[in-house]
Amino acid sequence: MSVIEAVGLRKQFTVRVKSGRLRRTRRTVAAVDGVDLTVERGEMLGYIGPNGAGKSTTLKMLTGVLMPSGGSVRVCGYAPVPERTRLARRIGVVFGQRSQLWWDLPLQESFTLLRHIYRVPPADHAARLRECRSLLDLDEFLDTPVRQLSLGQRMRGELTAALLHGPEVLFLDEPTIGLDVVSKQAVRGFLAAQGSRGDTTLVLTTHDLADIERLARRLVVIDHGRVVHDGTLDSLHARYGSRRLVVVDLAEPVPDPAIELPGVTLAAASPDGLRLTYALDGSGVTAGELVARLATTAALRDLAVVEPSIEEVVTRLYAEG
Amino acid sequence: MASPYLHLLAAQARSQLSYRASFALDLFGNVVTLGADLLAVLILFRVTPLLGGFTIAEELLIFALAATAFALADLAVGNIERIRLYVRIGLLDALLVRPLGVLPQLLVVDFGLRRAGRVVYAAVLLAGALVYAQVDWTPGRVALAIVAPISGAVLFSAIFVAGATVAFWWIESGELANALTYGGRDFTAYPVNVYSGWFRRVFAFGAGFAFVAYYPALVLLGRPDPLGLPTGLGWASPAVAGVAAAVAAFVWRTGVRQYRSTGS
Amino acid sequence: MGFITATVPGPGSPNVTAHMRTFFAIAVSGFRRYATYRQATVAAAVTNSMFGFLRSYVLLAVTGAVGVAAGYGSAQLASYVWLGQGLIGVVMFWGWTDLADRVRTGDVVTDLQRPIHPVTSYLAADLGRAGHAVLSRFGVPVALGAIFFGLYTPTRWPTYPLFAISVVLAVVASFACRYVVNAAAFWLLDIRGLQLAWSLVSGVLSGLYFPLRFLPGWATTALWLGTPFPSILQTPIDVAVERDRPVRQVGLVALQLCWAAGMLLLARWVQGRAVHRLVIQGG
Repeated sequence: MSVIEAVGLRKQFTVRVKSGRLRRTRRTVAAVDGVDLTVERGEMLGYIGPNGAGKSTTLKMLTGVLMPSGGSVRVCGYAPVPERTRLARRIGVVFGQRSQLWWDLPLQESFTLLRHIYRVPPADHAARLRECRSLLDLDEFLDTPVRQLSLGQRMRGELTAALLHGPEVLFLDEPTIGLDVVSKQAVRGFLAAQGSRGDTTLVLTTHDLADIERLARRLVVIDHGRVVHDGTLDSLHARYGSRRLVVVDLAEPVPDPAIELPGVTLAAASPDGLRLTYALDGSGVTAGELVARLATTAALRDLAVVEPSIEEVVTRLYAEG
Repeated sequence: MASPYLHLLAAQARSQLSYRASFALDLFGNVVTLGADLLAVLILFRVTPLLGGFTIAEELLIFALAATAFALADLAVGNIERIRLYVRIGLLDALLVRPLGVLPQLLVVDFGLRRAGRVVYAAVLLAGALVYAQVDWTPGRVALAIVAPISGAVLFSAIFVAGATVAFWWIESGELANALTYGGRDFTAYPVNVYSGWFRRVFAFGAGFAFVAYYPALVLLGRPDPLGLPTGLGWASPAVAGVAAAVAAFVWRTGVRQYRSTGS
Repeated sequence: MGFITATVPGPGSPNVTAHMRTFFAIAVSGFRRYATYRQATVAAAVTNSMFGFLRSYVLLAVTGAVGVAAGYGSAQLASYVWLGQGLIGVVMFWGWTDLADRVRTGDVVTDLQRPIHPVTSYLAADLGRAGHAVLSRFGVPVALGAIFFGLYTPTRWPTYPLFAISVVLAVVASFACRYVVNAAAFWLLDIRGLQLAWSLVSGVLSGLYFPLRFLPGWATTALWLGTPFPSILQTPIDVAVERDRPVRQVGLVALQLCWAAGMLLLARWVQGRAVHRLVIQGG
């Protein structure tokens, strides 16, 4: 059985728009407009899209915070809103900018309280906490009140808090937002380790492309409340015409750098004409064929092949939407 | 294993005690507030021997019953007026993803220990007023002296919760709810027969405020109701509180459903 | 308002005209700012009215069958309550933390760099705010009081202008007190305690909860002469309900003028000390 099954998931909001001095008209806006999503146990899913695309709304519907206006959804076999408390024991949730921790108490106490809230057997709790303590280096600030923690320390605490009851699915809304580079690395490494064990399903929304490359084996791209892509990173590249770049440094400029080869375009040339960048859209010649052709007309000093960046893909995707 | 709510309550108490200076300050401020209210009553009796036909001893009993009920409610749920803040900072979402009821969690998270001073003060005042009024004690009156403030506290709590829930629909409703909560505190502090017309009907009987202090006080004092209703109405306090709690629970559920369908 | 422009040359000079224009412009901005808080204004008017009903009934019960208490007739007491509820928003007892907030965030430094004295500019903004409150928060309670209880109609025409003057002076006195309380933020990290004390003391001692004349005569006199509080609420209301003969009426307003001016001078002095401290210690 799939861990998450959503069919035709919809969420409409009624907004009141000012029209004229006193009059306001109601308008219905579909934040999520028919999302189909099936996630199997152990998957690592990146749920991405521009601001306002419906990512957080979907996540809230999956975790039982928001009531869907249409469609059907089951998470761990439960209908999230009616069976909220039963579902809550099976999932972990980390909202990047909201805290599950007790602000004024030492971090350690939040973990103890969560053990009571989720009624976790003490031995299981201790084992999971021990693992998180070593993987996330919590020991140095376990006795510090949460309000005094740095953002990175707090996020490490949030991750631990979300995992102490051994959830089957971990929902992460922007888990690395605002973190420094070192903390980001720590969080990503930890999540990658969790995901690679295969028993926890990871669903994360993010704006950070490094998160996606490191953590998301499968990408679901949402825009205007609809799924516009569902597949691997590679299939996303293929579909949106990601281009590999071939950068060559020449010994001396050539009179006509443009090359008539299928699937090749001259993307850039330095002012002195010594560095040329060609883009390959994958439909025509290979990088090898391009280099071989270049070598016949110019003296090459150096060359580099730049793999397509997801950044470019997503930027283009958002620009089209 | 003890109830998770008890653990949450203890944690909340520890959190508040971690701000020692401001805790002491609030404790002090809350006691002074009640002192100012009491002063107002005493001043009124400087210019008149009777208020609505009630002596100062009788009025002080009504005042103390109302103050105790309100202080208890304020201690338990008074902070719920901050629900707008909780919506904004996302605390409500955080509570929704935990395997416990939202309202109990919220009440526990909100437990205003710093208002405990007011409860102690009001209870001492109530004890003093009971002695001063020379209550003719019977087992029934002893029971009522304990049940009435608790019932009143439930009624006030219901009004606090229902009032705060309005924030789900109308964001700026904060001060409106105050009209009913703090207004209710003032209303219940005086004999109901000083009010008249629709104002008395709406608040004494519609909102149930007459059952917080006035009717229980009549039973304790063994006085007939100047309004002509049976004095035994004082015993109806728990029932009135129960109805109010049911209404508040309904309003709360509707409010949460609204929140979960609009996300605002 | 000679006491505000005391540091500039006499009337008629272009300097004064410029100052007046600035003062007026700031007042208008204060008015506009409060005009945007519509929902809050409605909610406040409802709450003030609720307490108006409560206090009216209780005070009228105090007059009892005699119909008189501490020299006030029933209609005068009803007016007392409803004018008080209407004036709460105008003199603004509670909720003014503008200066303290700016001190805490450090934004106050920009106020000090302006060519206009901060006490003067904050006063201008506060008068604008009060102007808005007269339109938005004074009318509703007073109208309700007139409908449901019947209010006292002054019998002497000079009472009307005297009341208007008295309200302005009450706003100035209230503002100056609030300014001093807020300015404590220059010295104290947390002024919540002080503000709590202010809101309690000002409410009781200004006559909001019961007319001060319910107190023993010596206490009333001591409060009036020794504290600014009666000048914030009791005086304008007593003027409006003609509690006293004309001479005493005018005398109370004159006393109010002294308190308003005195508190403004105190506010300026406190501000001066605060700036001195900022300059010496660098905040």
